[in-house]
Amino acid sequence: MSQSYDANRWKRFDDWDARALRLDKFAVEDPENGFSAFHGAADPKPGLSVKDGRVMAMDGVVAQDFDLIDAFIATYHIDPAIAEEAMAIPSEELARMLVDMNVPRTELTRLARGLTPAKLAEAVAQLNAMEIAFAYSKMRARQTPGNQAHVTNAKDDPLQLAADAAVAVALGFDEIETTMRVARNSWSNALACCVGSAVGRAGTLFQCSSEEAEELEIGMAGFTSYAETVSVYGTESAFIDGDDTPWSKAWLAAAYASRGIKMRCTSGAAAELLMGFHEAKSLLYLEARCLCLQRGMGSQGTQNGGIDGAPLAASVPGGVREILAENLIAVWLDLECASGNDARHSESDMRVAAKVLPYLIGGSDLICSGFGSILKYDNSFNPSSFNGEELEEFLVLQRDFEADGGLTAVEDARALDLRRRAIDALSHVLKDLGLAEATEVMKRSVAVASGSNDTASFAPRDVARISDKIADNGVTVLDVIRSLQRGGFRDEAENLLFLVKLRVSGDYLQTSAVVREGRVISAINDPNEYRGPGTGHRLTEARRKELAAIRDVLDRDEVLRAEAASEMSEAKAIRYQTMGAADPGTDPTEIVVGLSPGFGSRIFRTLAGHKLSAVLRALQSGIERGGGTMRLVRFWHTADTSFLGLSAARLSGSGLGIGIQSKGTAVIHHKDRLPHNNLELFSNAPITTLAHYEEMGFNATVYAKGDLPEPVVVPTKGEALGARFHARVALTYAIETAMTEDDATPEDLEVTFLDPS
Amino acid sequence: MTDKPLNAKDYPTAETRPEQVVGGRGKPLSALTLDAVIAGDVEMEDLRITPQALLQQAQISRSVGRATLAGNLERAAEMTRLPQDEVMAIYEILRPGRAASKETLVEAANRIRAEYDAQQLAAFIEEAAEFYEKRGLFRKRF
Repeated sequence: MSQSYDANRWKRFDDWDARALRLDKFAVEDPENGFSAFHGAADPKPGLSVKDGRVMAMDGVVAQDFDLIDAFIATYHIDPAIAEEAMAIPSEELARMLVDMNVPRTELTRLARGLTPAKLAEAVAQLNAMEIAFAYSKMRARQTPGNQAHVTNAKDDPLQLAADAAVAVALGFDEIETTMRVARNSWSNALACCVGSAVGRAGTLFQCSSEEAEELEIGMAGFTSYAETVSVYGTESAFIDGDDTPWSKAWLAAAYASRGIKMRCTSGAAAELLMGFHEAKSLLYLEARCLCLQRGMGSQGTQNGGIDGAPLAASVPGGVREILAENLIAVWLDLECASGNDARHSESDMRVAAKVLPYLIGGSDLICSGFGSILKYDNSFNPSSFNGEELEEFLVLQRDFEADGGLTAVEDARALDLRRRAIDALSHVLKDLGLAEATEVMKRSVAVASGSNDTASFAPRDVARISDKIADNGVTVLDVIRSLQRGGFRDEAENLLFLVKLRVSGDYLQTSAVVREGRVISAINDPNEYRGPGTGHRLTEARRKELAAIRDVLDRDEVLRAEAASEMSEAKAIRYQTMGAADPGTDPTEIVVGLSPGFGSRIFRTLAGHKLSAVLRALQSGIERGGGTMRLVRFWHTADTSFLGLSAARLSGSGLGIGIQSKGTAVIHHKDRLPHNNLELFSNAPITTLAHYEEMGFNATVYAKGDLPEPVVVPTKGEALGARFHARVALTYAIETAMTEDDATPEDLEVTFLDPS
Repeated sequence: MTDKPLNAKDYPTAETRPEQVVGGRGKPLSALTLDAVIAGDVEMEDLRITPQALLQQAQISRSVGRATLAGNLERAAEMTRLPQDEVMAIYEILRPGRAASKETLVEAANRIRAEYDAQQLAAFIEEAAEFYEKRGLFRKRF
């Protein structure tokens, strides 16, 4: 460590500079230049004038000055039959209704049909972050929450797409979204994910995000079942820059429905700011316009909540609260909400986890849109808030809060089986349809690979050839279903047919539709009916157990099994012999080491993993270095470190004792001190080394001589030792406390070290 | 089938009225089996949604207060009659700057009204043409 004391800066700032957080760039609030979450310089005051069923003026603009967005909203969103009643309610009152569990959701969605963008924005802006989160939970459309995955990879490798899609299905994602590194690979990606998502169970909806015309064609061929690339913007200039108008997007919305494909729009804060057309309006007001537009178009839902603009939105004060607020407007407008938590808005894991929490505990139609089920570098959309790397963290958050984030852990053997099945199924289809031939090496490499860096599979150019053939040969989902059947993949063929049949009834075109256990559920047959505690979405006991079932969970048997394994090696290292009741000693050099009831008889290792024989040997060595002698006493009346130490000290001829529990926690005590006022405490057993035990023994002899030694300091690196060890500690310690007996007599022990080390 | 509009109780229609849910060539859901697919008896047309199905979904949407979604489904019902190329061609001219004048859109509206009886869609395009003209969208972009 270099020691320079002439720095002109507190070095804590250097520590802070080194944290991932400092990679995030923050922007000053600047409403004139569009950098304002809630209060744009040019945000209009809410207002509406309706005459003979026509909107004459809205939010400060008269009809003849309407831009395309105003015009569309005035024509299609505003319901003149409700407008007067709804606009007359003060925004504060609307805000209160949003958080009032006694006001039904349906009453609020009814009123929303008569509210202008500025009014909606003004009302939700009254709420603090907690109120927004609560209102969101109350107002979201479908009662059962869900989640969406990204399945992509850096090579557009179809085998990996199929394998990863199968895993995503097993994890419980309701929807899977893919996109390509190379645009012309779209057909291959679509086929691969489509086959992969048919492995294991039926009903996971799938989309392939690509150029509008092609996306629709892929849907027509039956490979995809939904789309969410219909983007809208909150200013006319941004909309035109995005090469569309409200009418062209509404046309697309109808086009998807006319082909039986589920569709939602996309919008998110800061898109206009990023595109340079913000009109000095706030993020929230522009989003309110986007969302009214989407409802007006007749989109059943929206992908909303920052989305690609989330990092920019999060750079301004209140930006994350604004993202919550726009999602609230979306559900207030009765739209399905695929609520972002998508493009990673921060390099800080804490900011990411904090942002997702309201959605996890409050639920959302699709919490992430989507969740990177693959590794970050394989995500062709850019890294998500949660990715393959962090997937288990999400599972644990679900378990921590007993909150249904839509996912369920997949056991590792099953994951590998599913991957192999998907790879085999797709390889068969590729070969059978004359598209490509996958080698055994390719297949094996993909099955076990965590990401595309580890695969020896198809390269993007191979994929382009596959993709062109699919398009040129006019392959449809029926060809794929028949091919799967020919290859013996009957379940997958059935699952795929199930999915494509959904489009015949169009049931999944209704708001917030997903498929659960072979049934379409949506805001129609699974409406969110939250009306306070005990209502709305509640975990069933079976689902609660699923959420709890993460891997590597400790139980008492597990601890005892681990100890049984250590017992064998300890039997070869040490022999304990009971010598009868322990009396107070008289030898002024003796240090009594007081052992807990299970020490060496039920428990055989410390939390740091040291064999207890080695610990005793280290203590003895230190005591002898200090000129003392070690006397071992087994206590039965207590398992508490302090009382073990004090009891040992009281039996010790020197008045000095060491108390030690079998998990390795130890104390140096003196016979005249109060129980918890010891001389030295070694509470961090997991990081206490044999050298520390040796020094502990030595220091006890120094105290015995009336001197003051340098106390032993066990250095910590700040590990969360409680998180790492306390579950095991509690189980181990309970084994010891169960062995205690009131007033039991301590016993002298003699030990023989059997191995020479 | 009755003429009474469907509502939330009729949903999901694939469960409540499976025999009346039919694909583009009139086959009911129950006929769209894997064995039928393998036998070559099922074509993509059988997996197409019909205008009737879309109109029924629109009735259900309307019954729960989602009139705008119903409107979209009704436009979609008309659009099932438009061939894919026509759908995409009109999408293209609805994009900003693609049409040089209002006439292009009005012609398209007239065409689909005449050829496909697409009344609502035609009106929708004409409405767009009015607003595009007002906002100066008939300008060259590339």
